Amino acid sequence: MPRIFDYGELKDKDYAGLGFKSGLEIHQQLDTQKKLFCRCPAGQYYEDYDAEVLRHMRPTLSELGEYDGTALMEFKTRKEIIYQLNKKNVCTYEMDDTPPFELNQEALDIALEVTLLLRCNIVGELHIARKQYLDGSIPAGFQRTTILGTDGWIPYRDRRIGIRQLGLEEDACREVSDRGHRRVYKTDRLSIPLIETVTYPDMRAPWEVAEVAEILRELARGTGKVRTGIGRARQDVNVSVEGGTRVEIKGVHRIPYIPRLTHFEALRQANLLELRDELRRRGITKDSLHSIAGDVTAVLDRTAFSPIRRALERGWRVTAVSLAAFKGLLNFPLQPGRDFASEISERVRVIACLDELPNIIHSEMVNSPLTTEEWKRVRGSLRARKDDVIVLVWGDARDVLTAAGEIVIRAGEASEGIPSETRQAFPSGTNGFERILPGPDRMYPDTDMPPVALEDDRIERARGQLPLAPWERREAYRRLGLSNDLVEALSRDGRGGLVLKLAETLPLKLTVPAVVISQTLKHLERNGFPVSRLDDGALTDLFRRFSGGEFAREAFPDILKLAAAEGLSPAESLARLGIFRLADGAVREIAGIVAGLERTLEPRDPVKKFRYLMGILMAELRGKADGRRVAAALEEALGNGQ
Amino acid sequence: MSDIFKGYRGDALALLKAHGVRVWSDAEVTTTRGAFAGIILPRSETADDKHIVLKLRNGYNVGLTTSTVVGIKEIGYKEAHYKIPEKAFPHDPAKPRVKLLGTGGTIASRLDYRTGAVIPAFTPGELYGSVPELAEICNLETEKLYGVFSENMGPEQWVGTARAIGREIEKGVQGIVIGHGTDTMHHTAAILSFMVQDSPVPIVMVGSQRSSDRPSSDAALNLINATKTAAESDIAEVMVCMFGPTSDQYDLLHRGTRVRKMHSSYRSTFRTIGDVPIAMVSREKIILLRDDYKRRRADRNVTVNTAFEEKVSIVYYYPNMKPDIIESLIDNGYKGIIIAGTGLGHVNKPLYPALRRAHERGIAVYMTVQTLWGYVQMFVYDTGRDIMELGVVPAANMLPEVAYVKLGWALGQSSDPAAVRDIMLRPIAGEITEREPHNGYLILQGGIPEVERFVSSYWK
Repeated sequence: MPRIFDYGELKDKDYAGLGFKSGLEIHQQLDTQKKLFCRCPAGQYYEDYDAEVLRHMRPTLSELGEYDGTALMEFKTRKEIIYQLNKKNVCTYEMDDTPPFELNQEALDIALEVTLLLRCNIVGELHIARKQYLDGSIPAGFQRTTILGTDGWIPYRDRRIGIRQLGLEEDACREVSDRGHRRVYKTDRLSIPLIETVTYPDMRAPWEVAEVAEILRELARGTGKVRTGIGRARQDVNVSVEGGTRVEIKGVHRIPYIPRLTHFEALRQANLLELRDELRRRGITKDSLHSIAGDVTAVLDRTAFSPIRRALERGWRVTAVSLAAFKGLLNFPLQPGRDFASEISERVRVIACLDELPNIIHSEMVNSPLTTEEWKRVRGSLRARKDDVIVLVWGDARDVLTAAGEIVIRAGEASEGIPSETRQAFPSGTNGFERILPGPDRMYPDTDMPPVALEDDRIERARGQLPLAPWERREAYRRLGLSNDLVEALSRDGRGGLVLKLAETLPLKLTVPAVVISQTLKHLERNGFPVSRLDDGALTDLFRRFSGGEFAREAFPDILKLAAAEGLSPAESLARLGIFRLADGAVREIAGIVAGLERTLEPRDPVKKFRYLMGILMAELRGKADGRRVAAALEEALGNGQ
Repeated sequence: MSDIFKGYRGDALALLKAHGVRVWSDAEVTTTRGAFAGIILPRSETADDKHIVLKLRNGYNVGLTTSTVVGIKEIGYKEAHYKIPEKAFPHDPAKPRVKLLGTGGTIASRLDYRTGAVIPAFTPGELYGSVPELAEICNLETEKLYGVFSENMGPEQWVGTARAIGREIEKGVQGIVIGHGTDTMHHTAAILSFMVQDSPVPIVMVGSQRSSDRPSSDAALNLINATKTAAESDIAEVMVCMFGPTSDQYDLLHRGTRVRKMHSSYRSTFRTIGDVPIAMVSREKIILLRDDYKRRRADRNVTVNTAFEEKVSIVYYYPNMKPDIIESLIDNGYKGIIIAGTGLGHVNKPLYPALRRAHERGIAVYMTVQTLWGYVQMFVYDTGRDIMELGVVPAANMLPEVAYVKLGWALGQSSDPAAVRDIMLRPIAGEITEREPHNGYLILQGGIPEVERFVSSYWK
């Protein structure tokens, strides 16, 4: 029985029953000036471009005379790959027309910090490797990658999550479009330094995967040296169930999507195993799967089904593939809204490049797009048996040939279980085929670059700069007596550590800096103020002045805005804004004057009158006296006046 | 018996021996930085002796510092065996016979992912496995003449290659492809243009700018286009076949005496200097860009003349060059000097006495231009006229490297200055052209608006 449960319906023990196992591969961009293997500026994104280059990718035979599965798949797609170049952020290295330059040392030091935080065993010498990608996302056809450490761990609940490795590598291009046989990429993101954190598949339930992803994200952000924002960190999630295969869901941009994705993938795998079992019961194996393929263009020349009509008008062909004894199985549900036929359709879309959907129809569809007579004629033309399921596909002659092959391949794989694939995430939490999972053997040494020694003193320097790990930080904030909300907010903030430093040096209630750092600065940043100009030294000076009573709490936003916008020091901003602390006597005097206005006001609600007068006072006194002092003085003045 | 410590020396070698392990050992290594497990790989000869290399189970290679290693235990042994399965290159009697001669460079390769080794693929079967498209073009035979980096090519290899070409033509081959490293491809193309004359079939030199193990390599397309040219075109000349643009679109067929490598790494590095290439070639077609080329013939006659005098030098003039450079060439018995002079073919005055002495000793001295484009014209300035008085002969628009190989070839045939001069100045294969068309020099300058507009409207 296929299992379709919504996320939230299953509990811990259900996932344990499935044998749910999941691991993460997190790619995080580092905040460096330059790219990893060239001197182009990193982190600049552009929409316009100055030139385009066309390339094709070819797989390299292994010495066993075989092609890696992914490589062969990509080659079958016969894609033209176009790269858009903007001279501001790419050079001839990105175009793969110049050999690599020296490894970016700033990136190496940041990666080393994260490796230490993850408690990995650190290698003595980095060896740069080439990991082949034939989808065109990297112009050279391979990514340069290296690992700094292996076999680390992080604490999680009452156990440990193993960290398989921490790697340093180049980011890939951004896809602009992928239609038919042409794929277009932007090269601005290419070669930005990334760290890749790979965990062991130690997570046992969907929510655990998301929680661990959060912890790892905070850990990296705690260094203050990684890029933040959409797309600057991407999660790949691996899922497997008992009796299944590891499947990778690539490029999950937001951690909250992870639980649903892993839940539905685990069920998809369980359902595929059920499908396999049914096929076995019917005595079907990959080798005994009997299928016939034939051209049925002439048979359907008068069909009313518009996708095929349109194909015929373009001079395309229609092919029918019979899958003996798959009766009742194309509709086998695998995920909500996606059945086995959709798996076939996806293969046809990706590998044969027939991407106008629907790209297949079959004889078991509930609302059949062809008439009974048409199906009969198709079956007759193929000399298929009554029970045989027929799949129809249409397209240009070469593509439809590729498609027919892929239909049979996927059907055969169903009789073996779960094909090893890379899947892409959909917003609903389901997923679709992206490519055949690359074999482990597509990596080999990059002989363009010498090995890089990681000496003890370099490691010690990195160790001396380590921030607190996320669990250590939370503990430290809690000990300062901050509320849970502030503890969470600071833990996610790269500047949060400053609060701990202030705790050591200033006799100050830390709620104020905590709020300023986690809320005020963030707010200003979202409104376009360059708060990155305010370094720890400037902020410490500002808090010291506040602690010394030089200004009131309400002045923070104005001071920070000015300092960020014009690059002023705190002292300069205070002077420019004319902010100084008013003595109590002066406050009372001014409050007394304003209170006198009360007598001229129409009889009104006293609360509204009070607010009105406070408004006048604060407009003048904001920043020079804090609101509570002013309110107390006004109350006193009004009381005296009555 | 293979070397069980391949590449390891000094401290690293001592470490392996001390723990009784060897290259290809599947090992568990304990170090002060943690435990690692994997296969011990050979060490590169240019790397230090302070690290051992391990291939981890995840496929990555790492180096472990010898001073941090506490223990190594061998738990298995996985020797590498490079056995490349043979596939036969399909034979089709209707297709032309093409011979691929290898001199170096890797036009196709395979990868041993276990060790990371890149293994050249060269036999027809291996090439068919890597570039199956070749079978649609011809019946291919291959012969490895040499396996050298092209900077190590020299007269011995040029002579051997020329003779091999002669033999193949006499056996009735319909086209010849020569695999060659790209650094000195233009030198070899030039000398072969002189050593092998009046060929009845195309002789196409080919290589790759990006190593052929890469998915993005230009190797396969260059090889396909070169083979197509050799099999199907009627251009019976020595040519270089390499990428036109850096995009995977078409190759250019450059006349062997006018082609030069113009960028250290770009795929589009080869350019015809002072003229236009002979043709553009893609999988679908050959587009001729000119019609003054030697046509294919049905006979098997060819003139092979492999004379070569080694004692020839190129001197690249620079301001403040001292005459002792020339003197030392004279004193070391050089028979010919090619000067790459500045401007229209100039050197400074202090060199004059040395040049006179060279002429008096019967040394052949010829002038070419450093600017690469343009003719030597030594009448225009006093300097030029003075230098000609000293016996320096202007070599028209011959490229310096081409003049160098031609002078070596000419001096190999005669030591009589007048005879040598006759050979040098009589164009044999386009090394000197009578006219330079307006589009023989088209170096577009980046940054200029109309140039940027043009470049952005075509695939680079």
